[in-house]
Order: sequence, then C-alpha cells, then structure tokens
Amino acid sequence: MPGLYHAWIYLESGPLLGLSATLLAWQAATWLDERTGHAAWSNPIMIAIALLALALLATHTSYRSYFNGGQYVQFLLGPATVALAVPMYANLATMRRNFLPILLSMTAGSIAAAISAMLIAEAFGASRAVVVSIAPKSVTTPIAMGISQDLGGLPALTAIFVLVTGIIGSVIALPLFRWLRIRDRRAQGLAGGTGAHGIATARLLLESETAGAFGGLAIGLNGLITAVTVPFLVRWLL
Amino acid sequence: MVRALSLLLICQLLGTVIAQATGVPIPGPVFGLILLLFILVFRRGPDPALHSTAQGLLRHLGLLFVPAGVAVVNELGVLRANAVAIAVALPVSTLIALAVTGLGMQILLKGER
Repeated sequence: MPGLYHAWIYLESGPLLGLSATLLAWQAATWLDERTGHAAWSNPIMIAIALLALALLATHTSYRSYFNGGQYVQFLLGPATVALAVPMYANLATMRRNFLPILLSMTAGSIAAAISAMLIAEAFGASRAVVVSIAPKSVTTPIAMGISQDLGGLPALTAIFVLVTGIIGSVIALPLFRWLRIRDRRAQGLAGGTGAHGIATARLLLESETAGAFGGLAIGLNGLITAVTVPFLVRWLL
Repeated sequence: MVRALSLLLICQLLGTVIAQATGVPIPGPVFGLILLLFILVFRRGPDPALHSTAQGLLRHLGLLFVPAGVAVVNELGVLRANAVAIAVALPVSTLIALAVTGLGMQILLKGER
C-alpha cells in the first residue's frame, strides 16, 4: 500500500506522530498505574518510556524523528521547574522554623548522595559521561536533567537514574528508618525527599502528612543545593 | 492563565540569561525558580491564576520527562557497558543519602530542644 507508506513518511517528518504517541503512552501508563493501585514498580514515567522505546525499536523509527513531536512536551519542563517555586513558597514557614537543622542535614545528605554515586560508578570503571549523569540522580527530574546536560552528561541516562533511585528509595526507606531508629517524622520526610525525591515522598506521605510536607520541602531545596554543589564536585572529582 | 504562563517563561528567560552571562554551571530554570521564589516572598504568595497554572503544570510533571527518557534507545549500549557500576552505585548511594539526611536531621532536632 504505497498510500499508507507515504502517509508514514509524511508523519515521520512532523511533530504530530511523536506528540500523539507521547500523550497516548502517558495515558496508558497512568491507567495501568491506577489499576495496580500505585504499586512501587508501576511507575507511570517508566512505563510510558518503555512503551515508546519499544515502539521506536519495533518500527525502526529514529529518536530524532520521534523528538520532532516530543520536543513540545519536553519544552514545558523549563516553566514547570520554575513553577516548583509555588509549592516551595507554601513550605517556607515550615522551613523557617527548623532552618539550620534542615539546611545542614540536607546539604550533608545531598553531597553524600552525589559523591558516593560518582565514586562508586568511577570505581567500577564507568565512563565520564555516566559518572556525570549519575551525580544528580537524587534530585527531581527536571533539575537533574538540566544539571546533567550542563555538565556534559547524558540527560536521558540521568532521567532513568532518577527514576530508578526514586523506586529504590520508596522501597528501602521505611525498613532503613526502622533499622537506624529514625523515628522523627520530620527527619523521615526530609531524608526521603533528599535521597529519592518525589517517588519516595509519595510513599512516605501514605505514612504521615508531616513526613510528606518535609519531603516536599526537601525535593525543591535539594534541587537547589545539588544544582549549586554538583558542578563543583564534578570539577573536583573528575 | 496567559499572564501566569508569561511570568513563568519570563523567570526562565531571565534565569537563562543570568546562567549564560555569569557562566555559572547552574541550569537557567533553577535561577528562574529562585527568581520566582523572591517574587512570591515580595508579593506574599502567588495569585490564584499563578497558583492554578503552577498546579496544572506540576500535576502532569511526570509526562514532561517522558520524551527525554525515550532517548534511552540511543543509550542502550552505554547502559549495557556500565551495567555493574550503575547497579551498585544507585542503591548504595541512595541508602547513604537517606541515612545521612535522616540521622543528621534527627540528631540536630534533638540538639535544639
């Protein structure tokens, strides 16, 4: 059918196909996530990425032609990152009350996350691009990808690392807190938000609203701390 | 909504200009975030339009990461070549980050009493 073939060639060069596929994959993924009752493994971002990646591989479509459409979705990451200021502002009162403990423990946790990830990856012989891409993996995705891109990492790898970190964090956080006797809800939330951003925070929110609030605060603040520190860590360690 | 979106974009634009002009390796949108935070403190909070626009964008935040993640099809070789490093680094560093932050915060909160 030459007509269909021509339609395919036409669509491959424009944004319509990539854009529709992205929105459809996202809806399928969120539907599945709701059906499984938001299980830790059924992260909608991961599922949507897997669906689209499989579709590209199966149809031998290049990422470039997919990105003709995908770029319009991706562009909104910039304004969305700026919009994080709104929930951060709502948490300012909480932050002011315990300012010094929050700042000190988060800076320590943030730097520990980046340094340990980079040193371990380097020790196992990872390439420079991988080591840079792994450094901001505890931060919320838009900020992490921005950091990775600016420092010569691979933003796509960073996106995957961030997701996997979030899933690991949401699974190990509660057992680890029990084992280390971290019982203060504020400390739990702050640790979850710092170590494994929104995915772990969502899990902790099921346990306690205080933990959720401190997690939300930590997500934004850790984004800032990491964006400021990681460029210098990369220069120092690599 | 248009006004709110303009404000977000202008903050991002100024943030990007600051990042490029100073050469500080911090993403432009992060400077934009800080800028908007200052504006919010100055104006004592977001107006309803900004609040709902921000919420709308953040509610579907996950969707916005998808296109960048799909680029993994170009990095399958890198992932395979570094599989062990990644499989060790991610869980161990996440554990360290959770422990350091959680223990640090708990100890510091007790010290304040």
